[in-house]
Amino acid sequence: MSTFVMPSLGADMKSAVLMEWKVKEGDPVTKGMVIAEVETSKGVIEIEVFEDGIIEKLLVEEETDCTVGTPLALIRSKDEAVNTKPTTQDLPKSPSEILKEPEHEIMLAAERIKASPAARKRAQELGIELASLGADKEAIHLAQIESEITAKIPQPSGMRQAIAKAMSRSNAEIPHYYLSASVNMTPALHWLEEYNKNRSIQDRILPTALLIRAVVYVLKEVPELNGFWKDDGLQMSMQINPGIAIALRKEGLITPAILEAGQMDLDATMQALGDLITRTRSGKLRNTEITQQTITITNLGDLGVENVYGVIYPPQVALVGFGRIMDAPWAQGDTLCVRKVMQATLAGDHRATDGRTGGKFLDRLNQILQTPEELL
Amino acid sequence: MSEIITYREALRVAMSEAMQKDERVFLMGEDVGRYGGSFAVSMGLLEQFGSERIIDTPLSESAFTGAGIGAALNGMRPIVEIMTVNFSLLALDQIMNNAATILHMSGGQFHVPLVIRMATGGGKQLGAQHSHSLEGWYAHIPGLKVLTPATVQDAYDMVGLALADPDPVLIFENSLLYNAKGALERQAEPLKIGKALVHREGKDLSIFTYGISLFKSLEAAEILSKEGIGAEVIDLRSLRPLDDETMIRSVRKTHRVLIVDEGWKSGSISAEIMARINEQAFYELDAPMMRVCSAEVPFPYAHHLEQAALPQPEKIVAAAKKLMEGI
Repeated sequence: MSTFVMPSLGADMKSAVLMEWKVKEGDPVTKGMVIAEVETSKGVIEIEVFEDGIIEKLLVEEETDCTVGTPLALIRSKDEAVNTKPTTQDLPKSPSEILKEPEHEIMLAAERIKASPAARKRAQELGIELASLGADKEAIHLAQIESEITAKIPQPSGMRQAIAKAMSRSNAEIPHYYLSASVNMTPALHWLEEYNKNRSIQDRILPTALLIRAVVYVLKEVPELNGFWKDDGLQMSMQINPGIAIALRKEGLITPAILEAGQMDLDATMQALGDLITRTRSGKLRNTEITQQTITITNLGDLGVENVYGVIYPPQVALVGFGRIMDAPWAQGDTLCVRKVMQATLAGDHRATDGRTGGKFLDRLNQILQTPEELL
Repeated sequence: MSEIITYREALRVAMSEAMQKDERVFLMGEDVGRYGGSFAVSMGLLEQFGSERIIDTPLSESAFTGAGIGAALNGMRPIVEIMTVNFSLLALDQIMNNAATILHMSGGQFHVPLVIRMATGGGKQLGAQHSHSLEGWYAHIPGLKVLTPATVQDAYDMVGLALADPDPVLIFENSLLYNAKGALERQAEPLKIGKALVHREGKDLSIFTYGISLFKSLEAAEILSKEGIGAEVIDLRSLRPLDDETMIRSVRKTHRVLIVDEGWKSGSISAEIMARINEQAFYELDAPMMRVCSAEVPFPYAHHLEQAALPQPEKIVAAAKKLMEGI
């Protein structure tokens, strides 16, 4: 029997709300299976189990705030003997129960939100939607409305606070160095256009995926930029899990990782990126994706930014930035011509690497983008 | 300069002083003279003022109440004592059809400056014909004022206030309060008729009460405060007129209402208070209003049953807690 605990989903995380169980007692689980959704300051994250077994008991109810390390479930390995009686929820329902349920649901759906007159009045004054407070069981009282305004007005969002903390720490602790290189993207874009020609729209590769693939490719040659600064030393990572900065629809930004990108070819990278963006925006990320980034890639080209000078997300040691791909004068041999040019930048942790390592990285990145077919 | 005396003494002192000051004032009722009053309120007054001013009447509430109305119409300032509120029903015709209406029916020509005192309330094992709290009924009637002194100070002040009023005033004295002791300040400016008094401030809920229930509510508030619940306890003092202003102010502050009344719930003063708050401060309420009242039965004679029928501090505490949970 083992205990499944609330995992740490980031260095600054103290607790998270268990929103939904994806399994029930008695369900078999396998390693890597999503068994619950938790809400952190970074959004709703799916959490995975790390072993095979059977859910013996769920220890916390949904919508409970749990500190990191709180036991959430007991998992029995498959060969352990069953020593409990079947729980009531496994028992078949009586016909009357089955008949009652749908009717009950209809009643609830039609029910008016229960709120005290004082709560209703105050909510109206403040422009707070009672429905947004989600009181489906108990009546809403004045105190809830008042706490809503304190939560609403002066305090920044949890995510904003989390970003603020991490960035302050980064700026205070990490001696950054910055390098940038102009990359002629014409060959890469041209090649990509040809490559996409024979593919259906949904299978087309976006330039961003090509850039991610290029970064991952080069990191294999310059592994010093892929890893963590921990215990006063650089720990290079065998896995390459680039965190991709993705803006959320509402507000905030999150950098979930494409896990094991080192094992992916270009098509797989594109597929993983598309999947990651979809799940990020719908709030369905997994805990490993938001905790195991080994480097960050930020592309602000869509906003017209030319140079990205990023702040490294600790404990990572590097951040790669891509600016806008734009038409620019370009000297080729003796000729001045117009090319698609992009600024690639690198923010490096000077404790972990020197400018020379960063320079090597950008140089190799530039080279590989001139021969994009190698990235397949 | 304050003195500590009983509620009974306070009433006696107030009547005695009034009779000394104003020769139009006299007292009449069953056994008020030689016996000294059924509850010994008028003990010694016969000796002091003589049988012309302290008048023992036949056992006919309708007759002596009617006589009081006639005397009042003719310029006297009678105090009529009725033994208990249950017996006052025999005089209800006089009280309602005459005392309460003559000013109106005479086009404002004739005031009826009559004071009627009577005992009310249960708890003394006097059975179902002597124990009820019907003051809420009288509060239904336009033309009357209904006072419910709870404290020694109010027992004293309200006799004077009632006598000074040009129209009929009913004073309801809870019979269990006669022996209660309290501080009396004779020189203090009395709080006017129709003004409620905040006895204890609190931020979490408002308890509206009167008469002996005031003390039960204060006891409950003390228990609640130890559990972190701040109960504001307000003595209504007057059931007609009700002090809407003080009540609504308190509701705006606490947003939660508990009414404690020894009367029954149905068609009662507690229901009236709820209705007024609903009309005037509905959007201030953060929970449904609650009541602790007497059980809806004719009052039992047996001690344990009677105690179970009455509002008690622990019932008030339980109701207050429920109210705080939002019910």
